[in-house]
This record gives sequence, C-alpha cells and structure tokens, in this order.
Amino acid sequence: MSLEAQELAELKSKIGRDPTSTELQIVAAEWSEHCSYKSSKRHLKMLPMTGPLVINEKGYDSGVLDVGDGYVVTAHIESHNHPSAVEPYGGAATGVGGVIRDILSAGTRPIAIFDGLRFGDIEKDLHARWLFKNAVTGIADYGNCLGIPTIGGEVEFDECYKNYALVDVAALGFGKKENLIKNHAKKGDIVVLMGGSTGRDGIGGSQFASDSLESEDRSAVQIPDPFIEKLIIEAVLQARNDGLIHAMKDLGGGGLSCAISETADALNIGIEMDVDKVHTRESDMHPDEIMVSESQERMLIITSKTKLKKLEEICKKFRIGCSVIGLVKFDNQVHIKKGKNTVANLSADIVANATLLDLPSKEPSYLKTIENEKKFKPISDYSKLMMKLLASPNIASKIWVYGQYDHEVGIRTVVKPGTDASVLRLDNGKYLSAKIDGNPKQCYINPREGAIGCFEEACRNVVCTGAKPIGMLDHLQFGNPKDPEIFWTFLESLKGLTDFAKFFEIPCVGGKVSLYNETPAGPIKPTPVIGVIGLIDKKPSVPQKISKGDCLLIIGDTKNELGGSEYFEYIHKFVGGKCPIVNFEDSKKNMKSVLDIIDKNLIKSAHDCSKGGLAVAISEICMTNQIGCKVSLDKVPGEKLDVDRILFSESHSRYLLSFDKKNLQKIEDILRKNKVSFKQLGQFGGEQIQFTNASKSIIDLNVQKIHKIWLHALPNLVLHGKKTV
Amino acid sequence: MKVAVVVFPGSNCDRDMYHVLTDVFHFNAEYCWHEKELPKNIDAVILPGGFSYGDRLRAGIIAAHSPIIKDVKKMAEKGIPILGVCNGFQILVESGLLPGALLKNESLNFMCEWTNLIVENNKTPFTNQFKLDEKIPIPIANGEGRYYADDETLKKLKKKNQIVFRYSEVVNGSTNRIAGVCNEDGNVVGMMPHPERAVESDINPIDNKPSSLIFESLIAKIGVNK
Repeated sequence: MSLEAQELAELKSKIGRDPTSTELQIVAAEWSEHCSYKSSKRHLKMLPMTGPLVINEKGYDSGVLDVGDGYVVTAHIESHNHPSAVEPYGGAATGVGGVIRDILSAGTRPIAIFDGLRFGDIEKDLHARWLFKNAVTGIADYGNCLGIPTIGGEVEFDECYKNYALVDVAALGFGKKENLIKNHAKKGDIVVLMGGSTGRDGIGGSQFASDSLESEDRSAVQIPDPFIEKLIIEAVLQARNDGLIHAMKDLGGGGLSCAISETADALNIGIEMDVDKVHTRESDMHPDEIMVSESQERMLIITSKTKLKKLEEICKKFRIGCSVIGLVKFDNQVHIKKGKNTVANLSADIVANATLLDLPSKEPSYLKTIENEKKFKPISDYSKLMMKLLASPNIASKIWVYGQYDHEVGIRTVVKPGTDASVLRLDNGKYLSAKIDGNPKQCYINPREGAIGCFEEACRNVVCTGAKPIGMLDHLQFGNPKDPEIFWTFLESLKGLTDFAKFFEIPCVGGKVSLYNETPAGPIKPTPVIGVIGLIDKKPSVPQKISKGDCLLIIGDTKNELGGSEYFEYIHKFVGGKCPIVNFEDSKKNMKSVLDIIDKNLIKSAHDCSKGGLAVAISEICMTNQIGCKVSLDKVPGEKLDVDRILFSESHSRYLLSFDKKNLQKIEDILRKNKVSFKQLGQFGGEQIQFTNASKSIIDLNVQKIHKIWLHALPNLVLHGKKTV
Repeated sequence: MKVAVVVFPGSNCDRDMYHVLTDVFHFNAEYCWHEKELPKNIDAVILPGGFSYGDRLRAGIIAAHSPIIKDVKKMAEKGIPILGVCNGFQILVESGLLPGALLKNESLNFMCEWTNLIVENNKTPFTNQFKLDEKIPIPIANGEGRYYADDETLKKLKKKNQIVFRYSEVVNGSTNRIAGVCNEDGNVVGMMPHPERAVESDINPIDNKPSSLIFESLIAKIGVNK
C-alpha cells in the first residue's frame, strides 16, 4: 500500500530529491485511486455539470442547487465498501458520517440520508446475512443519533458480492444561499482542526480502498462516533451563523494529508502545519500516522486570528477539540513540521494533482454471447411463482430495514419510505423528492443501457411524486480499472449516463468513483448507483388510499426485455438475455405525461414498474392498499409476448396510475395529446389479485396472504434463517 | 407565557419541538442549554427527544446529571408543567422525576413507525383537552422505548392515575402497553411517541388533530400570549 515504482520516480523527478517518509505517506494517500480519481478523472469531464440551478464554487465537497427564494439544496454520494466488507457496522456507520460532513462543509444543514446496500446471496450465505444485518444497524445507529432522517435507499443481493459489501450513502443538505461557505483565505489566516481526536484508526484507509480486498486490514477501518459528529454539526452551523468560517473541508479519505493539500490547491494558498499541535488520541503517534489517519468526525477550518476566540468558545460549549494546527501562507507549499523540524515540504499542486491515467479498454468477451437465451422450463402455476417472487430477498418488503431508521426526525418527511421516492418539505413552500437506484444485473449484461436504466428508474421514482428531476448524483462502482475489460464497462456506463443527462438536461451535481471492488473470487458486476433529486413547486403527489372501482392504467410499452430480470435470475437461475433499453423520446413523453396528470390532480397514486415487472408492481399497489384488482394481460401495450414475458419484463419508462374512474376521460385525453402508449388494464376491488389473459385465469392470489409473505420474508430470513415460500 | 425547550448535547428534536411550539401553536419558546439555569419566568418546560450524550451507558442517564436538571426538579416541585418526549422521557425517568424504567425494545432494534395511543388520564396539563380513551395516531422512533415497571410500581401507577398513554396494541413489549406516565401530582409527563411529528397535516398521513390536543391542553393550562 504505497506508491508504485513509476509513481515514486515521478515524484522524485518533480521535487528533485528523495522524498521524506512523511512525504511518501502523504503522496501515497493523495495519489491513491480513492483520493485522486487518477483512472477516471479525465473521462468524468464528459458529464454535464452545469445548469441554471447549479451553483459551482471552488472547494465544495458536495453539489449545490438553487431551489429558489434564497435557499439551496446540497447533495453528495459516497461509498464505504472495503471497510464495510471487513467490519460492516463501523464501515457503514462511518460511511454515513463522511457524506454528512461533505454536506456540512458547504455550510448547509444535512436533512436527509439515503443508503444503497448490496450483499451476496443471503438465502445461502450466512456471512452475507451477517454483513447485511450489521451494516443496517451501523447506518441506523449513526443516522438516528445525528437526528438526520434516513428516508430512502435500496437493498439488493447478488452472488457477485460474495464476501463483499457495497454500502453507498447519499445525503442532502438545506440552507440559505447567503450562508454558503465561500471558501477563501486571507493573509494571516490560521488553520484549525476541529472535532474528534486523531488516532490510529483508518491508517492508510484510502490506499486500502484502492486495491482489491484480499486481507482484512482492520486498522484501516475507521471507528464511528455519531455523538461527536452531532456536536460538530451544531458547532459548525453556529460558527457559520457567526461568520467565523473562511473555508472548510471535512477530513475523509487520506485524512489530514488530503484535507490540507486539497484545500491549499483549491484556494491557491500554502499551508504550514505542525503535527505536534494536532489533538491526538495517543501520545506517541508518528507524524506519518497523524498525516494519514482517517479518524472520523474531524473538520478543517480556516479562520482569522480575531475570530478564533469565538470559534474556541463554540467548541468549548460543545466540548469538542479545537486545535490551531497551522498558518495560511502564500507559497502554495504544503509544509508539515514537527515542532521546529520540517517533515514534509511539497508543492500543493504536486500533491493534489496526481498524473491522470489513460487506461486502455476492451469490450469484455463475455458480452458476445450474453444475449442468447436458453430454453426455460414452462411455468405450470403462476400464482405459486408469484408468491416465490414476492418472498425473494430482492423483491420482499424492506420495511425491516427502513423501520430501523428514524425517517421522521426533522419533521420534513411528507412522503415516507416504502413508496417510489420520499418527499421532504422545504422552508420555502416547495418540496424535494429524491431516490437512488442501481441495477447491477442489467449493467452486467449491458453496461451502457443498464446504467441508463438506473438513471431513468430514479427519474421515474421522483416523477411519481410529481417532481421534476433537477440534478443527478452518480456513484460508479467497478472492479480493477487496470483490467481493460472492466475499464470498458466503466466507460460504457459513463457514456450512457452522459447521453441521458444531456438529453434530459439533468446536470450531474456530485458523484464518486469507487474502483477495485474485487475479492480474490473476482470483480463485482458493474454497479453504477444513480441518485436523482426532483423539485416540486406546488403540491407533491402523496399516495391516497385506493378504493373499490378505481381504475388501473399503464403508461409505456412492455417489451421482450428480460435480461437481468428477477424472473430470469431468481426463478430460472439464468444470467443473460436482452437488457431493457430506454427509448429517450418515449421516456421524455411518458415522464411529461405523468407530471401533467399529477399537476392536474387527477390520480390517487403513480407507481413505477421495475424489479419483478408488471406483476410485482401491481401486487405492490394492491398490498399497500389492501385491495384486490382484476387485470387483463392481453390489454398490456407493447410487443405481442408470451404471458410470462408480459408479467415479468423489466422494460423501462412504464408507470402505473391509479385513479377514480371519473377522471379516466381527462387522463386519456392528456395521454392521447402527448402521443403516449397507454391502456387501462383493470379495476380495483375485492380481495383477490387476478390476472387473466384472453379471459383465461393466470394468477389468482389473496391480497392479505401475499401481503404477509411479502412483509415477513426478509426478517424471517435475516433473523431466523427461514425461507417464507 | 414562556416555554423552555431544554437542549442537551445530542438532543436532536429540539428544533422540531421549537418549530411546533412557536410556528404552529404560537407559544413564546426559548432554547435552554443544559449547563445554564432555567429562566425564572418560565411557565412550562419541555425536554425534547434525541440522543443526549449519544445514549452512552444508558439512554438519558448522563443528561439526568446535567446542571439544568436541578432547576427542572425545582419547577416540578412548584407544579409547573413539564413534558419529556422520547429521550426527554428517558431523562425524566433517570433523574427520578418519573417512575419506572425504559429498556431496549423487545425486537432489540430501533423502531420508527406510526402507532396509536389511547388517552388514560385526561387531567394532566398535556391531556386536559382529550376525552378518556381517545385515540391519537402518532409516530414512535426509539431503541430504548420499552417502558418497564415492577408490580409494586405498576399498582401505584394505577392507583394514583399515573398512566397517561397506552399503545392501542403491543408495540415494543412495554409493561401494560404503557407509552406515557406522569408523576403523582400530574404536572410532570413523559411519553415515548413524538407529538411534535404529528401535529401538522402535511407530515401526518392519518389525522393531525388528536396529537394537536397535547399542545392545546398546554395552552388551556398556561395560555399563549399572556
């Protein structure tokens, strides 16, 4: 876990001498993939990052969106995969802590957390179950203690994450535009380290995360302390209100090395600091350890000497550490001293800007045959199959997960978790909707179309609440980028996301690249996770109770696209087939139509069609409303398909609308005007979910019965190791 | 009339409570940091929810030794209305102002969900506008919310009418489904569910009127703008 030979040679030639040991540690941390994005950075530029609502300022760790009336929303996404795979509780918890501090460092109060969790097959794999259970507790214990609601996310299981874990955390912040920290430094300013003490945890964490996971390096995992983080949040926001912060950065990957060098580079200044001034947990820490420790709950603040007293008073009130560790200089040097002795003195530019790589890529050979389907055993009993699918870990209700997260604190949560996307109320009378989505099964089969599908699904989810997408977060998780086939999948996904973002004019406001997600068994499937933030000017679409006689209508075509579907993978144990493809024009029309219909207040709820296809989506509506439904499959618009394909295709751009019959005409008028493919599929009522095809009964299930299965399948498995169906 | 919202390190429902007191019910509310004294002219005290001291050792036990608790006890003796919500309830119990104990939920998990309360005592400053047995839809969010009282305490609670709220069904394994209790005089009330999360219609998916009566009861007791 240090510099590669050619990197060391490069460093020597740039500084014209041998580096000191501290310099080596600093550069190794900062030039790691995790901190430098050296493999991905040159390609990430293709994403559109500007737009009318985007506020770009130097040195922000989170994206900033103007939501009007003098208010801003900040957003960021991070992952904590390697640590969570070794120590799921601490890894997941500190993942929350890190992204929260990114939101805080812009000067905004964190108001929501989202988490995307991925593990191996928990039906068979006890270790995966252990990882899952403890990651959930880690997130709950951290987020709940902070008083920031965890209002959304996703949980997925796939064999490719065996002995591994993906823990993605996204967060949103909210504040007044005038309170944003305008990162700057003046002559004579001082550098303050605020928060928890620096210890020996998380040493070399960023290098640990920049290699495949082969050993359980526990010292590289950080230790969470949400109580200190909560105190930091309040102290920082008070200091912000009092105008005490000139510039601020959180300490994350790379610890002080990264925070000091990136701050110096972003502000075009030099920083001279003394490791002896850092408040440490242990008295005998070596300068190298102090510089690369990734101890959590620390913030770097630049302020003036005159403001220091007030800042110290605030820290004293909250009993958190506050050390003046250095001075702002104007020589662009990162100058690290121990007392009077210099232990490192490097140009900030050299440290903060690793040489970017231009890695080769090659289409993976497995893709040549992946679309070929095998012959499947015919299904004799679709009702039975449906029960099995509803109890499958990927489709079963996740209430066991989000029920452990405080999703109400902050009293903003208008639409609660368990729906398409949660909705928060903002102080200016507007509403914010957000969702994160990933789909590694589809991305494996087609990295480009799969990634676009994740993006569109997240858009569909926020559109179902009546929100217009205004910003996107991308989290690109892949294996070792030095494998040209893996790097190709990364590039394809990125290109797909870029095309979609440009077509829909949704700027990317933040993101993260996480590479080297591998174990000795191999790389993970390509796992881009996309977050979409939507804004609602008027009233959100809060799902209303569906009653007898209400209509069910589908928007969008159902196609023969079952590659990566739960039906193929969970029922037939088949990986392959044709990945669903988003038609941009149709996608746009459908989105617009749903927003038009919600705007006119014509529906009770809108639900998107995704995992498990039409059959699962309709069942979910029936279960949450405790009502039956009669559905004619022969009416489903799209290609002429066999019954199983209609039921379980995971084609995108599809929405299910439920509404009072009296609005049918008006809804149809809007859809016809917008030239959208749609059809009324059936009506709600009774206690049975009945699917028919040309009057032949295909599925007939009791709502109460399947609701129980769907609700209890996950806790049954996680807590008691019992399969429900 | 002035309501103190006590803030401990780690309180995280203080701002929500303040918003509800001021913006929704038009009280004159004031944040009171735990190391300071309570203002003399205070008419009611609220201990909001959160994780004071990160719930270390046991929820509420460290905060129960905060300097401000001395003042809270004095106010309690004077008969001033005091409400502890969630962690505030835990602190009142740990400081000895309320009987019983709060243990880990039966599921051993943190639980965030909507439930229903039944009003058992409508004589307190926070329940005087309710009819007995009235139902309140309200959310809970806690890890150590299982109220426990031994048989003797329970007998006393019943005899002195100290059970203020019960859950309408078994939620977390609380003794006798108790969700909130009061002291013998009835002026100090503690409850695990969060009324401040239930009084506004846009965040309450069921009905915001019943929980509003908790604050309207306080208005009836101390008034608003006098």
